[in-house]
Amino acid sequence: MRRFTSFNLVALVFGLAFLYLPILILIIYSFNASRIVTVWGGFSTRWYVELMHNESILDAAWVTLRVGLLSASVATVLGTLAALALVRGGRFWGRTLFSGMVFAPLVMPEVITGLSLLLLFVAINFDRGFWTVTIAHITFSMCFVAVVVQSRLLSFDRSLEEAALDLGATPVKTFFAVTLPLIAPAVIAGWMLAFSLSLDDLVIASFTTGPGATTLPMKIYSQVRRGVTPEINAVCTILVALVTLGVLTASILGKARSPARTP
Amino acid sequence: MAKMLGPVRRAFQPWNDPSQPPFIEFRNVTKRFGDFTAVDNQSITVYEREFYALLGPSGCGKTTLLRMLAGFEEPSEGEIFLDGRPLTGVPPHKRPVNMMFQSYALFPHMNVADNIAFGLKQEGMAKADIAVRVEEMLRLVKLQDFARRKPAQLSGGQQQRVALARALAKRPKVLLLDEPLGALDKKLREETQFELTDLQESLGLTFLIVTHDQEEAMTMADRIAVMDHGRVIQVATPAVIYEAPASRYIADFVGDVNIFEGRIAHLENGGLTMTTAAGFTVEVAEMPQGVARPQAGETIWFAIRPEKMVISHERPPNATTNVIEGEVWDIGYLGDVSIYNIKLDSGDVVRATRLNASREVERPLTWEDRVFLSWRPDAGTVLVR
Amino acid sequence: MHALRSFFARRVVIAIPYLWLAVFFLAPFLIVLKISFSATAIAMPPYAPVFDGLANLWERVQDLSFDNYVWLTEDALYIKAYLSSVKIALISTVITLLIGYPLALAMARAPDRIRPLLLMAIILPFWTSFLIRVYAWIGILKPEGLLNQLLLSLGVIDQPLTIINTNWAVYIGIVYSYLPFMVLPLYATLEKMDYRLIEAANDLGATPLGAFWKITVPLSVPGILAGSLLVFIPAVGEFVIPDLLGGSDTLMIGRTLWVEFFYNRDWPVASAVAIVLLLLLVVPIVIFQKMQQRASS
Repeated sequence: MRRFTSFNLVALVFGLAFLYLPILILIIYSFNASRIVTVWGGFSTRWYVELMHNESILDAAWVTLRVGLLSASVATVLGTLAALALVRGGRFWGRTLFSGMVFAPLVMPEVITGLSLLLLFVAINFDRGFWTVTIAHITFSMCFVAVVVQSRLLSFDRSLEEAALDLGATPVKTFFAVTLPLIAPAVIAGWMLAFSLSLDDLVIASFTTGPGATTLPMKIYSQVRRGVTPEINAVCTILVALVTLGVLTASILGKARSPARTP
Repeated sequence: MAKMLGPVRRAFQPWNDPSQPPFIEFRNVTKRFGDFTAVDNQSITVYEREFYALLGPSGCGKTTLLRMLAGFEEPSEGEIFLDGRPLTGVPPHKRPVNMMFQSYALFPHMNVADNIAFGLKQEGMAKADIAVRVEEMLRLVKLQDFARRKPAQLSGGQQQRVALARALAKRPKVLLLDEPLGALDKKLREETQFELTDLQESLGLTFLIVTHDQEEAMTMADRIAVMDHGRVIQVATPAVIYEAPASRYIADFVGDVNIFEGRIAHLENGGLTMTTAAGFTVEVAEMPQGVARPQAGETIWFAIRPEKMVISHERPPNATTNVIEGEVWDIGYLGDVSIYNIKLDSGDVVRATRLNASREVERPLTWEDRVFLSWRPDAGTVLVR
Repeated sequence: MHALRSFFARRVVIAIPYLWLAVFFLAPFLIVLKISFSATAIAMPPYAPVFDGLANLWERVQDLSFDNYVWLTEDALYIKAYLSSVKIALISTVITLLIGYPLALAMARAPDRIRPLLLMAIILPFWTSFLIRVYAWIGILKPEGLLNQLLLSLGVIDQPLTIINTNWAVYIGIVYSYLPFMVLPLYATLEKMDYRLIEAANDLGATPLGAFWKITVPLSVPGILAGSLLVFIPAVGEFVIPDLLGGSDTLMIGRTLWVEFFYNRDWPVASAVAIVLLLLLVVPIVIFQKMQQRASS
């Protein structure tokens, strides 16, 4: 019987207020009619309308979306393979190096990841743009996928696979019929994580991008440096709304898929 | 080997002595969690130096009673008294009771000695005195060599002893034991049961134990309170609970029992004769308890323990009542006894046990044998609930 | 190895991610290492070619120059930036812990039904853009921002506070952005902690506060360490927060690297800065890795 004291309640209320108030304020002020961001000038959706006509922001959003979808998908495949290699690969040459390479990007400062990839692209004379950003995003987000999938692989009951093999399934068939469905929630979560990391990334994209491949965070960043604008508030609000919607949908779907799973 | 009798202390019966003041008293205590009533207006008295067991299935409210006494829960209604003083509003750390937790709740980051010393440190006891007391406790539970070990490095039985030593170190007025032996294997459990009763007697403490294991309660307790759905349904010594259960529920919960439904045929000389639904006649030497005046034709139940029936190949001579005929349906050999499930012609299955007193039996009972079960008029009890 | 028993499948599964990481993670890193040892020069691409065969490897080795590293020690700016990064990250980590611990404790003690919701509430901001969350604070912390408006109207202050473009704004930004990283590991250890241990401590005479210090805190040390490292490690190399919220005198190494690279275009020095930053993080990263291994074994 855990005791929930009034101190706990206060901590919870303050903590959640701290987490949510800034975003809430940002959302509220995106509906501000006034151009001066901190003065309330009545409710208006004019910034959303103006946003719809802002070609450069729309372009950046389109680039970001394409990079995100592509990099998340490739990263999910690579990350899942990496997790399988780590958990089920047994011994192989350079295993320590491999696991080091999988975990290092998780803690590597973004500036270093960005810088090093740029230097690689320069060294091999690879034209920078959409593809370099995508490759960069695949590289760091696959490691996050690998960690998520790995923990799932470690936690599920190996005897399920053994049962499939025992019943005559080939190893490959076992993987697709038993293993993959069982790790599917982690793979999906990994994809979502990779996608959101890609949407979110400013630093690595700034290093690895080239002409014509300005992502939305880069666009927002360059505008923000010039000051807070209601238009940026509107962009942020839309992004927050999309992310919230995505996460909520995913969690509801996740619940529906596994109604009887006990923690 | 008087010790093997454990808690059977014939002289110790404070509950039959009206001059004895109660030591622990739950007075009309109710505890609700939301709209679930865990304890429903119960009054319980426990006497000093008594070993008192709360017995019942999980969710019957026994643990809630214990936790209210320890101070982890406050009663929704009613009051609890300890040694004449009300405990209402006294926080757990100020109550002179200590608890031995289910699965022990040993502090994993402290070694055995620190675990035992924890409560003493809270009291502000002098360091030298703590060392002496810890040493004494370690000796008491025979763990002198394990003082520096962490709980994770101990076996289940050793952990149990540490928990006991930790709870006893403060010399509490009452020791509360929440399923103290649940995590031990059978053999260790049996040994520990006797150790606990010895300890309780030699320390002269009051023990209040919560258990769902009827054997545990029977072996250790002076008195048992059987609980169900937030109510105490019978408080009595183990022998009375077993031989004269107050209801079918208790008869069934404590030990194995065969229960037959029937009607009273007639009453005679303080006993009665009943006809069961299975079609045989039972003669009982005593009246059912709990009803003022049983009437002929009333529905009652006859309960008889498997070991109180005699199994024979031939019908006992002159027997017309208290005998049933059936076929051996199943045999379970347990070594000391064998269990026989006998299928009656009515379809009911009756369980009887037989002591395997000799290693070889001349004519062993075997499957599909026609057999007779018979018993004396005082072997079973009649129940009205 | 059952699923990978087929020899070919196993090789492919290992080789694909292995090669990808070797090409796009290991190789770039080695290039950074290499460039950091090449002669200082401004403008791009100033450094010697990277792939010119192994024939003149020895020559290359002889060419190695520690000038960039020497430069880092000679210019006080870099040392100050490193120290200041560590200081800012440390202070932020401590503040995050002080805010995060009560929050995680409250979540762990909350009724079973609402705990998943609370967990969701903590994770949700993590999914929303980092940049947006930092940006949100600019409007609040500005001299004419909402915080000053509120404090002025309440009469707490009579002059607007200067928070933005100071280290305080950076602390706030880091604490805000990384709070979930602190709360989640703390919650994980606190939530699985047996509450009966607290009851046992109370039963043995410890006051609620005493039980907190003697039982809850020692038992949550793994969570405290994990959370602190998860905040400290990225905070040291943080660029966006000091750039948007910090002042011109807020020195952080991530920002120095960015400036060195994009504005001064001194790639060798930027690379050397990166290598030193990484060395700085090796110790906390190794500790973290060890802890994760112990937790999973």
